[in-house]
Amino acid sequence: MNEAPRAAESQEILRVDGVCVRLSGRTILDRVSFQIAPGEFTGLIGSNGAGKTTLFRVILGLQAASAGRVLFGGPAHPREHARRHRLIGYVPQKFLFDPDVPLRARDLVGLGIDAHRLGVPRPSRSRRALVEEMLHAVDAERFADTRVGKLSGGEQQRVLIAHALIGRPRLLLLDEPLANLDLGSAHEVVALLARIAREQKIAVLISAHEINPLLPVMDRIVYLAAGRAVSGTTEEVVRPDVLSELYGHHVDVLHVHGRVLIVAGAGEDTDLAGHEGVFPRSEVLS
Amino acid sequence: MFSGFMVNAWEVASIVAVVAGIVGFFTVMRGSAFAAHAIPNGSFAGAAGAILIGASTLIGLGVFSLGGAMTIGLLGRKGRHDVATALTLVAMLALGALFLSFSVEYAPEVYSLLFGEVLGISPNEIAPTAILGALCILAIAILCRPLMLSSLLPEVGEARGISGLRMEMLFLAVLALTTTMTVPVVGTLLIFSLMIGAPAAARSFTDRPLVAMGLSVAIALLTVWVAIAASYETNYPVGFFVGAGSATSYTIGRVCAAWRNRRTAGLPSVT
Amino acid sequence: MSHFLSPVFASGFFESEAVHIALAVGALVAVVTGVVGVFTVMRGQSFAGEAFGDLGTTGGAGAYLVGVGPLWGFVLGNVIAAGAMEAIGVQRARGRDLATGIVLGAGLGLAALLLHLYTTGHSATGATVTILFGSVFAISSTTIPLIVLLGAIVLAITLTIYRPLLLSSVNAEMASARGIPVRLVGVLYLLALALAAALAAITIGTILSTALIVGPAASALRITRRPLTALLTAAGIGVAAMWLGIVLAYDSYHWPPHGTIWPVSFFVVTLVFITYLLSGLPEARRRRRADRRSSASLVAQPTTTS
Repeated sequence: MNEAPRAAESQEILRVDGVCVRLSGRTILDRVSFQIAPGEFTGLIGSNGAGKTTLFRVILGLQAASAGRVLFGGPAHPREHARRHRLIGYVPQKFLFDPDVPLRARDLVGLGIDAHRLGVPRPSRSRRALVEEMLHAVDAERFADTRVGKLSGGEQQRVLIAHALIGRPRLLLLDEPLANLDLGSAHEVVALLARIAREQKIAVLISAHEINPLLPVMDRIVYLAAGRAVSGTTEEVVRPDVLSELYGHHVDVLHVHGRVLIVAGAGEDTDLAGHEGVFPRSEVLS
Repeated sequence: MFSGFMVNAWEVASIVAVVAGIVGFFTVMRGSAFAAHAIPNGSFAGAAGAILIGASTLIGLGVFSLGGAMTIGLLGRKGRHDVATALTLVAMLALGALFLSFSVEYAPEVYSLLFGEVLGISPNEIAPTAILGALCILAIAILCRPLMLSSLLPEVGEARGISGLRMEMLFLAVLALTTTMTVPVVGTLLIFSLMIGAPAAARSFTDRPLVAMGLSVAIALLTVWVAIAASYETNYPVGFFVGAGSATSYTIGRVCAAWRNRRTAGLPSVT
Repeated sequence: MSHFLSPVFASGFFESEAVHIALAVGALVAVVTGVVGVFTVMRGQSFAGEAFGDLGTTGGAGAYLVGVGPLWGFVLGNVIAAGAMEAIGVQRARGRDLATGIVLGAGLGLAALLLHLYTTGHSATGATVTILFGSVFAISSTTIPLIVLLGAIVLAITLTIYRPLLLSSVNAEMASARGIPVRLVGVLYLLALALAAALAAITIGTILSTALIVGPAASALRITRRPLTALLTAAGIGVAAMWLGIVLAYDSYHWPPHGTIWPVSFFVVTLVFITYLLSGLPEARRRRRADRRSSASLVAQPTTTS
């Protein structure tokens, strides 16, 4: 298999091109295409089961696509695989730290500098300064010397963001970071990520099933439903006609108190798994 | 106690303790206590077989511990890790039982294989032990960063190109190597208690990884030294004191950790 | 009939009383361990099962030292170990393996001491081997009532708490939400496991006893999803392995090296291991067929990913 051609120079950090994923006879992703420019904040919106995690796995190279390709921009690197790894900082959805593990937040962040390198790192002032800088960027200095396993979920998440950032990625990938947070914390994390994206010119791609916390900061939205995707700005995508076509049946977009409610019309085949707040005659999709 | 043949015992046991402390640190972090127990026990068959055909015990231990480690790794790939470990272990032990039954004058050999016989170490065993020990430490030094990340955050590791499977197999291989050099001293049944007791205790005293590793080595050394001295005085087997010592350090560690937690429980929680 | 079967069964097989006892005891033990083993595997507690086996060594050594039959030692030692593990918190998933390992280490250290005391006090050096690797042909008929009683107790416990145990093994949170006393059920199960391990130890030895507990159960669970079928299958595999092992061991008297038999425990464990490996084949074949089917439906398109 040849190395895939690089995306157009510095115009795209990531291009997903017609990616399909079929597993055990089911189509999980169907011709998904979108691109992300450097420094762009993109939200991958979709309900549970829409295929968000699978798409992330394809982008990260953990899952082979049945068709289509994923291209990366950014600086060249002698080995294609290494380029992908250098480019992306990843924050997983689930992480569980045993409170007995002897590792401070500061140590975990430091691990992010070059965990893929073999050998013992030489402790240096520049490493320490870099760790301090990252801890400051995510506002984690208060608990930098606390054991990772003793931190709250939100604190651990911030440490993981710092861990991902310290490797100087061009694209930050976060898998459902808002899923288990209350609304206040969700807004805090979104504001933090938006600030990082702006100040450090890092593209951010975050997946979520709730669109509203991201509305103020998204440059672009990729809306995923049953494996198919539509991408564009919020104005272009979050519209009844566009979403109706995507879902395959009638969908309304309501604006209520500054929030967006996407509601499926009362219909026979609402084959949409994993939604919150299902109402008897219609469903709130997001 | 410190002269003649005992010098060998002190030297070899110290090397074993240092390696056990370092490798044990990662063993506990990865939650691989069972593998650390299974691989040495399985290697028993290798030693028994070697004795049977008159080959070097070290080679027998090495071959079977490596073979057992790889089998555990491969069988445990698709879930049910604990079952794979258990069955591989007993299968190899059963083979050891078979080899045992073929020979006649076994009993003391069996006992020392299982429970260790540090007092019977000859001077020409020091060099191989030291070399193998150095190899173990070198392997850990090379792998420490990807191993740490893969142990703590396997997904993030994969995203960085660190294959969890490869790390598992490499770590199991290091465990096998550790087994080979430590079994003659502490015995197959007890080496793992040294490998998990010391690091488990060390974790309770510090939050920093490097300090924890150093403490782990220190506690292992202390355990082994006390065990040798006590065994010399009482004539009771070294393995008994190692097992008791590891359990004691673990308990002390737990008590200290509980005390620490109670002290900091009064502070306001950070959001 | 002996003419017909003599290639398989060496002469004197059906007449020997030791063989009768071995077959009967072996079958009973295999059924008991198979049943308990299914829950052990479901709960992911193979290490605990292994620990009980090894800790039986301590109990057995103590029994020899004191002068009672090893079975009493296995039972008492395992029950005490169960208490220790429960106290340390073997039911909580976190740190469970570590706690089990520490108890195991301490127990084995004690076993080392007890065996040392026994072998220096008496001249019988075979105690270590007998305890560790078992001797099903050497079970005296006086032990049989105790064996049957213990087996009955284990089966009684398991069948009494069958449904709560099943539910809490599959999903502990759901079970306790339904009002099941998960902790109590766990303790009773641990007791059953301790006794089952003791029984397994007298047939194939302490450190090999895990094979009877975990092996047939793991194979059964790979073959079927239904719990009752799994229990029956596990018991069946165990009995088959045990009987075949006894036959082969008896026959091995005539195999090299002549004049001594290969250990029963070797055959039983090997058969159990092979069964486990074979039980994985249907699943592997099913997966390969599913992959072939889905790749056949791929549209021909450039499939390079960067």
